[in-house]
Amino acid sequence: MAKLVEIRDLKVEATTDSGRRVEIIKGVSIDIAEGEIVALIGESGSGKTTIALTLLGYARPGCRIAGGRVSLAGRDMVTLSEKQRAKVRGTEVAYVPQSAAAAFNPAATIMDQVIEVTRIHGLMTPEEARSRAVDLFRALSLPEPETIGSRYPHQVSGGQLQRLSAAMALIGNPKLVIFDEPTTALDVTTQIEVLRAFKSVMKQGGIGGVYVSHDLAVVAQIADRIVVLKGGEIQEAGTTDDILTSAKHPYTRELLAAFEPKPRQAFQAATAPAPLLKIDGLVAGYGQIQADGLPLVRAVENVSLKVEKGRNLGIIGESGCGKSTLARAIAGILPAAAGNIVFDGVKLDQSARQRSREQLREMQIVFQYADTALNPAKSVEDILARPLTFYHGMGAKARNARIDQLLDMVRLPRNLRHRQPGELSGGQKQRVNFARALAADPKLILCDEITSALDTVVAAAVIELLKELQRELGLSYVFISHDLSVVEAICDEIVVMYGGKKVEEITPAKVKAPQHPYSQLLFSSVPRLDPTWLDGLEQDPELVRAYCRR
Amino acid sequence: MTMTSSETTSERMTGSRFGYRFNIVGMIGLSVILFWAIVAIFAPLIIPYPVGEIVDLDYFGPMSADFWLGSDYLGRDMFSRILMGARYTVGISLAAVTIACFSGVVLGMIAAVAGGWLDTVLSRFLDALNSIPSKLFGLVVVAAVGSSIPVLILTLSVIYIPGSYRFARALAVNINAMDFVTVARIRGESTWYLIRSEILPNIVGPVLADLGIRFVFIVLLLSGLSFLGLGVQPPYADWGALVRENIGGLPFGAPAVMAPSFAIASLTISVNLLIDNLPKKIRDRSE
Amino acid sequence: MNNRVLSLVLSRLLIALITLVIVSFAVFFATTLLPGDTATILLGQAATPEAVEGLRKAMHLDDPAIFRFLRWIVGLLQGDLGTSYANDMPVADLIGGRFINTLKLAGVTALFSVPIALTLGISSAMLRGSLYDRIVTVMTIGVISVPEFMIATSAVLIFAVYLKWLPALSFANEIHSLSDMLRIYAMPVITLTFVISAQMIRMTRAAVIETLNTPYVEMALLKGASRPRMVLRHALPNALGPIVNAVALSLSYLLGGVIIVETIFNYPGIAKLMVDAVATRDLPLIQSCAMIFCLGYLLLITTADIIAILSNPRLR
Repeated sequence: MAKLVEIRDLKVEATTDSGRRVEIIKGVSIDIAEGEIVALIGESGSGKTTIALTLLGYARPGCRIAGGRVSLAGRDMVTLSEKQRAKVRGTEVAYVPQSAAAAFNPAATIMDQVIEVTRIHGLMTPEEARSRAVDLFRALSLPEPETIGSRYPHQVSGGQLQRLSAAMALIGNPKLVIFDEPTTALDVTTQIEVLRAFKSVMKQGGIGGVYVSHDLAVVAQIADRIVVLKGGEIQEAGTTDDILTSAKHPYTRELLAAFEPKPRQAFQAATAPAPLLKIDGLVAGYGQIQADGLPLVRAVENVSLKVEKGRNLGIIGESGCGKSTLARAIAGILPAAAGNIVFDGVKLDQSARQRSREQLREMQIVFQYADTALNPAKSVEDILARPLTFYHGMGAKARNARIDQLLDMVRLPRNLRHRQPGELSGGQKQRVNFARALAADPKLILCDEITSALDTVVAAAVIELLKELQRELGLSYVFISHDLSVVEAICDEIVVMYGGKKVEEITPAKVKAPQHPYSQLLFSSVPRLDPTWLDGLEQDPELVRAYCRR
Repeated sequence: MTMTSSETTSERMTGSRFGYRFNIVGMIGLSVILFWAIVAIFAPLIIPYPVGEIVDLDYFGPMSADFWLGSDYLGRDMFSRILMGARYTVGISLAAVTIACFSGVVLGMIAAVAGGWLDTVLSRFLDALNSIPSKLFGLVVVAAVGSSIPVLILTLSVIYIPGSYRFARALAVNINAMDFVTVARIRGESTWYLIRSEILPNIVGPVLADLGIRFVFIVLLLSGLSFLGLGVQPPYADWGALVRENIGGLPFGAPAVMAPSFAIASLTISVNLLIDNLPKKIRDRSE
Repeated sequence: MNNRVLSLVLSRLLIALITLVIVSFAVFFATTLLPGDTATILLGQAATPEAVEGLRKAMHLDDPAIFRFLRWIVGLLQGDLGTSYANDMPVADLIGGRFINTLKLAGVTALFSVPIALTLGISSAMLRGSLYDRIVTVMTIGVISVPEFMIATSAVLIFAVYLKWLPALSFANEIHSLSDMLRIYAMPVITLTFVISAQMIRMTRAAVIETLNTPYVEMALLKGASRPRMVLRHALPNALGPIVNAVALSLSYLLGGVIIVETIFNYPGIAKLMVDAVATRDLPLIQSCAMIFCLGYLLLITTADIIAILSNPRLR
């Protein structure tokens, strides 16, 4: 096969606030053959998107290609003039963005934007372009391919927009398509359809591709070769099979290990299980209260569940299933409209305002985004000190010692206490976030998607930490997530939610054989590291239609 | 998640090296502001001639070694009058902006944290107040109660409370929606704690910048009112009143007309320059 | 047009109406309830207490404030603006011609300033960081930072005193030819154009830059779009709402600017009338002028909000 892309010793610099230049890509070389799909994989900040964008001759504001060569079909994108680059963009190389919802202009119809490339470069008449677009819509198995183009971007779903952005990329017949985390923002059941559509059009057209992702399992389905990146350098490169089966580099192994299921040891109860939290017929939602005393939009409908002391409950479901609302209702942030919350034998008030300080202390909640969960104007020390003063009335000296203990517990160096959240990494922030909940000495911690914003390896470490702390402190967790592997790793009981309702309650041991059709669909949609998984996957189309808002 | 998130996180700093960067334009702005502040405080000690005394034989005299900025329509020393005028312009504006921003920010934070009907009523009322053009408001009040320095300060601050309220409320609403405020709320913290400890520290920077901008507006409005004869009344004179007194010199191109205008411009432009070039905390990786 | 847009527009109109009521309340109370007895003002300090008392009765000044307010509002709605204290003429007659003059001045200014400001604002956003952009930015900051009378006096100094091209004062009733009109309107219009354009340029530039930073404009760049295409096709349609808002806000600033400009150039408009009314404490005249200004302001702001709602593609 002929070489389509040849990246040689690529260096990209970024300018920091103080005007200092920092090298963020440190001499990377990659080859891509015609029709080959190469995945760039790595955690946030590894430079994967930056490298992919240089193939379009583009560096984001503040960044600059400082050296090396990026040749695409014989042309060096680095040395081309801006005009020449514009000619190549859309015709030779095209881009599929991470968030199609943001990348579509809200003020123009989808069709106008899809065929814009042909208009810019004068490739064909508008009629030809339109009919080609409809063909692409069909190939990408979009619904109503004839008419979907006349809609505005906000009128179609996220999964559809993502496929429409692929149509937008493919219309100019490019030799190379760059996919920038195109399925990261999608639910797993939606992701499958999108991945399939991408894979089939790429293979049919014999188009080369660069697939940027942090998810090894997704990449395994679509890529011929995988390049593992970290800190702007290539750690390891090889065929997909080689990387998955015989990775040499420690970082790659770490990535792979994060995928290994680490089932939790079954809980050996010395005494009879005592319920810590019991919820009965909980209804919560938003909007005007209707005549029946329930809110207009009911995000959680009639959910009942139980958490035993020292055990963990997982709540799993896709975006919009009401799992976060449920957590907020339990915590009393959004007072439930109906139902009972019994905590440690006492019936709690629906609203946190009406609960006693002691009740509030015993049940803590940890949020998904540590960025917004920590006050950026305070130091780590102040953040951790407040619950100690507030709940335990500790003096300065006791507080000081306890903060050191807490930092030790979440495996953070003690000297971090003087830093502000803005100076911490994502994983460190999430640990501080968790330490603040621990500072209250709670019995139960509600964890709302706490690993979702973290890189795979970091998330795996946080989960390990949670398990250890549970062993030491005898805590219980309610673990809310969209990620089955995370829930499986830590929970004794799993509740599956769909459309505000609880559809099934199972144990991890039975995850392989769920009863409810939605659980079956959800669990079978989680990508596996096996490259043949997607091709071999068969899902009942009836089921898919019933449960997926694709 | 934005598209850039995967790359920007790499810029996150891991060290704790602190530093501020302050560029030359900002420094010039700050020095001019400090200059006028010192002048306002020490004016009586540094003026070369008493402000009320007719010292030049000529009226609308040109700039000279004796009278640096010429003389006014009566033959009084312009330079002295401008130095004294700084007291009124800077003093009244500073008092007004302090009252306006303090009230606006306090009300804004209360509205944001309390929410509900209090927020709605307060917002509606202050928005309505805001839809009276500021000069008009000044005119109406002066027409009704006459002009004195306390009335001026109060009027100017009432005019700018709605804007300050709106700004602070918008900021506070954003902060209030953050998870760390939710965490504090379900910890059982009082509203007062939420305002003081969680919200205020996070809006204080933008609020100070807003205070600067509003100071400029107030200086301009005060000068405008004085220029119309509705502001500071004789025998006192702020910079706007100095222009009004001497407007008769305009056809002769007398320095007495333009000099006070330049004084106003030097102050307001400096404040704007300072705000646009505030010292920046350097956020940088320190590996 | 769908129900959501309709209800948004209607709620906007309702808010405008409520605001108008609050404003008229504020104007009325500011002028009549604050210290300073109207009857005493009218009759002068030397009047006998009996005369003052008589006049108070005649003017219903002893009625509760709320009745006087309602009577005033009902009068306004019927087109009865009251009678001027100063010269016993109906306020409506005093305002009539003056109002037209001010509208003319504002109209001519808008005609010049809006195209100039939009061109400068959009082009400087397109060429962000260039020398051109920096010059525009520095000049707008300069103009925003100085009082209107300084621009007016500078214009007089330059064009009337040194260059002697234009007369310093304007009298709108002495127009005999087109050149007369040009000469008379030139100075006020130049001043006002400067004042409101600066505001508009700044806000337009900010609005366009904000949309230029969106992912969909980056996407257009990566599709090979030229710079003008990115701006005209992708950024501008989405910046329309904020730009219209900027124009409306700046035009509303005309209302304030016009007070200074009419005074300094002795232009017989409604703002000059109002300033004179303040000098004579002619309350009915002040109230009516104030209501006209507030009405104009509300009209502009509400129109801008409605255009922003209608131009939002997400509501289509």
